[in-house]
Amino acid sequence: MGEHTIKLPDVGEGVAEAELVEWHVKVGDLVREDSILAAVMTDKATVEIPSPVDGEITWLGAEIGDTVAVGSPLIRLKVEGGAEASEAKAQTSAMDDGQEEAPLADNLAEEGETVPPPPAKPATAAPVKTAAAKPAAPVRPAARPATAGAPRAEGEKPLATPAVRLRAKEAGVDLRQVPGSGPAGRITHEDLDAFIARGPQTARPTGLQRNDTVEDIKIVGLRRKIAEKMALAKSRIPHITYVEEIDVTALEDLRAALNKGKRADQPKLTVLPFLMRAMVKAIAEQPGLNAIFDDEAGIVHRHGGVHIGIAAQTASGLVVAVVKHAEARDLWDCGAEVNRLAEAAKAGTATREELSGSTITITSLGAMGGVATTPVINHPEVAIVGVNKMMVRPIWDGTQFIPRKMMNLSSSFDHRVVDGWDAAVFVQRIKTLLETPALIFIEG
Amino acid sequence: MKEISCKLLVVGAGPGGYVCAIRAGQLGVDTVIVEAKKPGGTCLTVGCIPSKALIHAAEEFEKVAHMANSKSLLGISLSTPKLDLAKTVAWKDGIVGRLTGGVSGLLKKAKVKTVHGWARFRDGKTVEVETETGIQVIRAETVVIATGSVSVELPSLPFGGPVISSTKALALTKLPEKLVVVGGGYIGLELGTAFAKLGSKVSVVEAEARILPQYDAELTRPVAKRLSELGIEVLTGAKAKGLSTKGDALLVEAADGAEKRLAADKVLVTVGRKAATEGWGLEELVLDRNGRSIRIDDQCRTSMRGAYAIGDVTGEPMLAHRAMAQGEMVAEIVAGHKRNWDKRCIPAICFTDPEVVTAGLSPDEARKAGREIKVGQFPFSANGRAMTKLGEEGFVRVVARADNHVVLGIQAVGHGVSELSTAFGLAIEMGARLEDIAGTIHAHPTQGEGFQEAALKALGHALHI
Repeated sequence: MGEHTIKLPDVGEGVAEAELVEWHVKVGDLVREDSILAAVMTDKATVEIPSPVDGEITWLGAEIGDTVAVGSPLIRLKVEGGAEASEAKAQTSAMDDGQEEAPLADNLAEEGETVPPPPAKPATAAPVKTAAAKPAAPVRPAARPATAGAPRAEGEKPLATPAVRLRAKEAGVDLRQVPGSGPAGRITHEDLDAFIARGPQTARPTGLQRNDTVEDIKIVGLRRKIAEKMALAKSRIPHITYVEEIDVTALEDLRAALNKGKRADQPKLTVLPFLMRAMVKAIAEQPGLNAIFDDEAGIVHRHGGVHIGIAAQTASGLVVAVVKHAEARDLWDCGAEVNRLAEAAKAGTATREELSGSTITITSLGAMGGVATTPVINHPEVAIVGVNKMMVRPIWDGTQFIPRKMMNLSSSFDHRVVDGWDAAVFVQRIKTLLETPALIFIEG
Repeated sequence: MKEISCKLLVVGAGPGGYVCAIRAGQLGVDTVIVEAKKPGGTCLTVGCIPSKALIHAAEEFEKVAHMANSKSLLGISLSTPKLDLAKTVAWKDGIVGRLTGGVSGLLKKAKVKTVHGWARFRDGKTVEVETETGIQVIRAETVVIATGSVSVELPSLPFGGPVISSTKALALTKLPEKLVVVGGGYIGLELGTAFAKLGSKVSVVEAEARILPQYDAELTRPVAKRLSELGIEVLTGAKAKGLSTKGDALLVEAADGAEKRLAADKVLVTVGRKAATEGWGLEELVLDRNGRSIRIDDQCRTSMRGAYAIGDVTGEPMLAHRAMAQGEMVAEIVAGHKRNWDKRCIPAICFTDPEVVTAGLSPDEARKAGREIKVGQFPFSANGRAMTKLGEEGFVRVVARADNHVVLGIQAVGHGVSELSTAFGLAIEMGARLEDIAGTIHAHPTQGEGFQEAALKALGHALHI
């Protein structure tokens, strides 16, 4: 038996540390080569750490949420062959799992028997994630966390012996409400006693109930990144938000016609590619809005390339995928690139490069867009354009109300380097382009 | 005749009804039970018990016949055995008599009044019983319908003459030379196997693509193999068309569409059982139905207040032990206890050769329920006790959740595995995980060790394979 230490590998260019966001294993697990052990997160992307060897996990070097430096030890495994096992054994017996087996194994060893490595080990290591080590003595009800909440997935039958089920029935207790402390969440007689002792307000809720539970959620991974980024943007940047309504009836007609006549290899166009092309046009006249403001150095870097960040909602939170060089992409290309990046971001396969380097950002909530929003600038950029919900509204044309497809744009600007006037000119220019979409395609 | 008033009236004294009545009596509920025949129902009088007696006799006979052929590996030889089926049937009837007598005694001991005769509901609270001495009216606060089930008749093969039901088959005193069994479910195969062992030439006609279609093919393979060893001809995908005009053969449309004649002295029709919902005034009660069966909730309540239904009349699975558990539960509910149906599994046994046991979910059912599972299977060919019993066919299979190893189902096929159903049921009711079964010492040498080994196998470290 030897020991193998896995260090945090170099997970990306220029990345010195990464945050541990997920353990796929725990101490005592047997893993095979290439099994995924953990997931770490760099600035943007999540990277999975595979095992280079077969072995048994003996030590985990970090907690979820910890920041780990590249090259520092992350996991130790017991592997076949090689050095002495004493260290690993000492650790095993010190650990919670398998402590009952250890003395037995020691006794046998003293009697001169050959003891194979205890095979009971993997069996006793519970395959379920138990929140904490269970003390041998019954836990007093008061000591139980009030946050136990719904103890099992909806529709799952509570795991309890017939005797427990009978007692619960007679006591009028709905076992679905009772947290189980036994293996696999089995409800023991003690769990039931504790539940009943806790009082009638939890035993069978009827009508409206007070809920005094507080659930603690650790903000880690992408959520922590978002939190930091938002705090930075809102504390450093004095935002000015400008909302304007846009008549997109003509744009929608054009979009419908293009989608109808599109080739099979072309993407279905949304409003976004039109907006992107309009922004490219507007930026050509106002390069100060496609910029990165390094406020510590006191320099605004105006970029020639228009790298448009597209804020996208994923299962784990908000990410910004970046369409590079929108100025060099036509409408179809913009549309295709947005689709590709959105898919990648949702699937979690977007690379770090695809998730960074934007110079201006679009945020759109689609059908959830609302009437107006106050978008937060993607620091250190200086402008963000927010797309609101499109809807048919009655518009007075001088003689009558006519139905027009209307959509608001809510855009925020860094007021330190963008005056309100400039912001208004920029949005008005986009409005003109979108209301008469042919202008988007006229060069010069 | 003077009317009887009682708290609880149980209609039908099968395993569901008599258990319900006994339990109610124990709990001090004033109970009356009505039964037209002997207490015990299908199970005791014409089902489980008599069929097991016949199966056992057939097994013994086949064993000695096998030895007489000097084919026995055990080194035993003897002269050709003879069978007196009338004596066998008399012995079987003796057992049935003792058991039904026992039930009567238990009912009496529990202070339950038994009324003999055919009951008919006048309304939800009143029953008229045609007794030998006249019409007896019984009024009850609560009624339990436990009328059971009857054999399904095929329109093309109505019972009568050479066409018999399982009830008649169990009472035959002369062995049919050629027996054709229509329906390859568990009843047909159990009886077909028994008659083949006793010396009949048996054929089985099954409409589905394979025998015992409710089980997976892996589980039924050893049974199919043994049927062919016993010389039983099995026609699958075949339809029984009717008797020949002379009544000495069954006409069958084979799987390929060809017409086939199967010579038969008796044709045993075992194509299933149906809820007994006719002839006792169900139409007076207007109860919600579930197909033919009476619809019940998790307390066995019907759609009518104060009327419960238990057992086969409530539909599948039509098993005596389900009816008994329902009966017990209903008695306790009537006595004022809080109860509802919270059983995790109803084990089922098929007393074929070899036997098949199932409890909980099969691998396919578990997957269909969206579970990620671990399956461990251990063959009896690696089990010492099975070898010493000349019963190496079959296996034990354990199905558990992949995430927390809670056992979802256990199946076995093999000699004598019916007795393992106890352990299987207990494991599932207790919410056992694979580790619980693997960590329980199973006495050696027994076939039960196969259960432990199957659990170990699912955990990835079986010892004896």
